[in-house]
Parts: sequence; C-alpha cells; structure tokens
Amino acid sequence: MPEKVLMKGNEALAEAAIQAGCRLFFGYPITPQTEVAAYMSKRMPKVGGTYLQAESEVAAINMVLGASAAGARAMTSSSSPGISLKSEGISYIAGSDLPALIINVQRGGPGLGGIQPSQADYWQATRATGHGDFQILVFAPSTVQEMVDLVSDAFDLGDKYRMPAMILADGMLGQMMEPVVLPDHSGKELPEKPWAASGRRGRGTHNIINSLYLTPQELERLTRERFARYDKIKATEQRAEEYLTEDADVVVVAYGASSRIARSAVNMAREKGIRAGLIRPITVWPYPTNAIERAIPTAKAFLCVEMSMGQMVDDVRLTVNGRKPVHFYGRTGGIIPTPAEVLDQIEKIVGGAE
Amino acid sequence: MSTTRNILLAGFGGQGILFAGKVIAYAGLMDSKEISWLPSYGPEMRGGTANCSVCISDEAIGSPLVTNPDIFVAMNLPSFDKFINDVQPGGIVLIDSSLIDKKVERTDVTAFYVPATKLADENNLNGLANMILLGKLYQETKFCSPEALEQSILKCVPPRKANLIDANKKAIALGQAQ
Repeated sequence: MPEKVLMKGNEALAEAAIQAGCRLFFGYPITPQTEVAAYMSKRMPKVGGTYLQAESEVAAINMVLGASAAGARAMTSSSSPGISLKSEGISYIAGSDLPALIINVQRGGPGLGGIQPSQADYWQATRATGHGDFQILVFAPSTVQEMVDLVSDAFDLGDKYRMPAMILADGMLGQMMEPVVLPDHSGKELPEKPWAASGRRGRGTHNIINSLYLTPQELERLTRERFARYDKIKATEQRAEEYLTEDADVVVVAYGASSRIARSAVNMAREKGIRAGLIRPITVWPYPTNAIERAIPTAKAFLCVEMSMGQMVDDVRLTVNGRKPVHFYGRTGGIIPTPAEVLDQIEKIVGGAE
Repeated sequence: MSTTRNILLAGFGGQGILFAGKVIAYAGLMDSKEISWLPSYGPEMRGGTANCSVCISDEAIGSPLVTNPDIFVAMNLPSFDKFINDVQPGGIVLIDSSLIDKKVERTDVTAFYVPATKLADENNLNGLANMILLGKLYQETKFCSPEALEQSILKCVPPRKANLIDANKKAIALGQAQ
C-alpha cells in the first residue's frame, strides 16, 4: 500500500495537480492559498512545467484561458478577493467552452474581509462566477485526501464537458495537515483536444476559440447547447456522502470544513439518542438533489450548517420545496462553528418538533 | 476515556511550536491513528504568537481546530493567559517555567513545570526547548508508542538538517527525565 504522508491541504492539492498532468500554473499570492503557488514554484521546473507569477489575478486567469485554448491542462489558484478579480476571465473561459481548473481557498468577505476560513463564496461559485448564462463544475472537499482526489476528477470532467471546474476549499482545509496518499496517474494519457488552437496539423480549417457572438440567434443556440450539457451533468455527475441518514429525524446538510463539524455534532446527537444524520455535498454544482430527495420521506427536518450567513441553504430549500422544514445555522467572518453549537441546534429542532 | 487527544501548543513564532506539533502529529500517523495538524496563520506568523492544534484519534477527526484542549503546552505568558481557562477539566498543562513565572491556579487540571528554555541553553541544545517539552509530554501522557516517536523525528527533521536528529533525540530524552 502506498505510504501515507503528512501534507498541508494547499501543498497536497498542488502535488495532485502535477500528478494529474498539469504543467502550467498561473498564480498570484494571497493568504490562505499562497502555499499552492509556493509549492508549484518549486515543483513545476523539476517536472518540465511552468510556474508563472502573473502581475495580477486578472492576468493569471487570462493566461489560463490562453493555455487552455492551446489544448494544455492549466490551472490557477486564489482566495476569495482574488476569485472576484478572476471572474471576468472565468466567464470568458466558459463562453469559449474551455476546460480550466480554478482553486478557491475561501477566506472571510466581503471586500478584503479577513484571512480566516469561510464558506461565503458559495453563491459566487454556484450562481455567478462571472457574467452571463453559465455554470462551472464545483467540487467541495472536506479532507486533505479529498482535495487530492478531486483535483484529477475536476480536470477530467472539465475536459469531458469543456467547461471550467473549481475546487471550493477554505482556509482550514488549505492550512491543515492530514495523512494523505498521493495518486499515481503515471501512464494515464490526457484526452485528445481536436478543438484546440494548436496549429492546423493537416486539417483543412483552423480552430477558433472565441466568446464573442454578435448574432443573437447564434448566441442563443450556443447557450442552449451549453445548457443541454448542464442538464446531462446534473443527471449524471452529482456527488454526495450520506451518513446515518436512513432513519434520521434531523438531516444536517453541510459541505467542506463545516461538514466535519456537523459530523461530530451528528455523532454527539446519536450518543444522546437523537436520530441525526448528515448529507455532505461533494459536488455543489451540480447540486446533489438526489441525496436530498432520498432523505425527504423520512426526515422530520433539515438543518443546513455553513460558515456563512446562509447560502447553500437556498439549494436545500429549492430541493425540499416546502415539503419539510429547513433550518439554518451559520457562523461567518472566519469563525469555525463548534460541534456543541451545532448539537444545540439539532436539540432545539428535535425539541420543537415534539 | 475519550479516544481523542486534542492538543494545543502555543508560544512565540520561532520557538518551534509548529514543528513540535508536526512531530506529535507524525507520531500519531506512525501509530496508524487519525490525526490532524492546524497552525495559526496570518498575522500571528509574522512576529506575534504562534499556536498549533493537533488531534490524535481512533476515529475520523471532525474539527481540527482545538478550542478546549485535553493537553496544553504553553511556551510564553500571553499564550498561557489566553488559553489556560480553555483547558478541559482533567486536562494536562505543560509549562516552560523559565519563560512563564505564573502557576496554574485551577485545581481541576494537572500542571507540569519544566524550565525547558533554560535546560536547552545549559545543555547546548539551543532552540530545542520545544523538544524538551515534547519529551516531558511523552513521559506524562504516552501520546504515542516509543517507536512512533523515534520514526517521527526522522520524518520531521528535513534531510538538509539531518545533523540535528541527534540533538532532537537528546532534547526529548532530557525532557523525559524531568
């Protein structure tokens, strides 16, 4: 069995990207994700890749666009305020039907906000990572191992559906060390990209990468094609972990860092004889509506727990659609809730329901 | 007894707080436990206090942030004052008494006082007060197996500093003897 090593989330993620065949990293430093860039600056030259610190986040994302247009597996990484700066480029990448990996190690906002862990960019990631009618794939790891495992999936699915993918992490996952087994993708071929602007190579016509369509009919047609792809993704790519949900009266829904706290709270509730369970979305776009649906018949209530004022709770409510009560508990500004706080909420719901 | 040990180490930047935490975490990993290590980051890293949460458990770890430690290692007075009342009743407090002249007033925790920085200076182990405290911690709590502690040192000391392995081991042995 491969050896488990102790690595920071940010560094493990960076190594996983290299293992997944990424050889182009364009970044700009910002706490709490700087270790991604620092690690890449050391490793990329050793594997024949390029680490480039751009003059700004805007430049970095546009370098990703260019590299991806040429068919390369490319990525960038930042934290909340930096992602806002990248949003224009992300929209252009989506509008050009290009794959790209974007890492967001979230910190408190809005504005410069703080530097402690946060989940306040959920709306940004799942609703509006930039202007226009589009979605990106969004993965929400909850352990360092999962950060590693989701990186190659995010690259692969981004290639498959020709769209940007994001790892939505946070300062806690980025900074913490946990045992991790690094994947071995050696021998795995990256997919062919016949659409890439990488030279005609004997083809009759050259490929054009573009997001400008001045004819409304053409832009609508392309957007509809993109949304047909999104429907397929929603039907086939949902991921969630369901923990003790089968008989749960209170189903907690939490992703990423807050799901770890929620799991502890669920275990504490079970020890007290309260039937609590946890749904942990692993993809937050596509949202794992199937997992929520499965819990609706038996759940008496849902409790969404986030490190924000309540953003993912919208998706829980949209799915539950009034069939059961949906409660919310959150801390924000960089505060990590404690399991005791979440347990208190579970107990209140159980008490109130009886 | 709880199967989880929540450990908080705190002091000034440069005292090896994060390194000591990493040694504890790696020792847990060598014992095939679930472990996590979370540093304070940001302004604290840039000249102020540094602290580090380490969890060792038989089960998957929920929050890696230790707010109520079972074990608290204090290497400066501001950290001692900040965290002493957060220690779990029945917990263990380990104090570098050459830097902290206060005594623990609480009667529901067990306190150990080791003049680690002074001992390090006297034994030509400059900068290894952290490892002296870690040796004492091992002696009092046996947070890992002896083999795991040995292996952890080998894992944590970077290759370019391999000449410091013996000094680290010596510091741990000195701490154990306190």
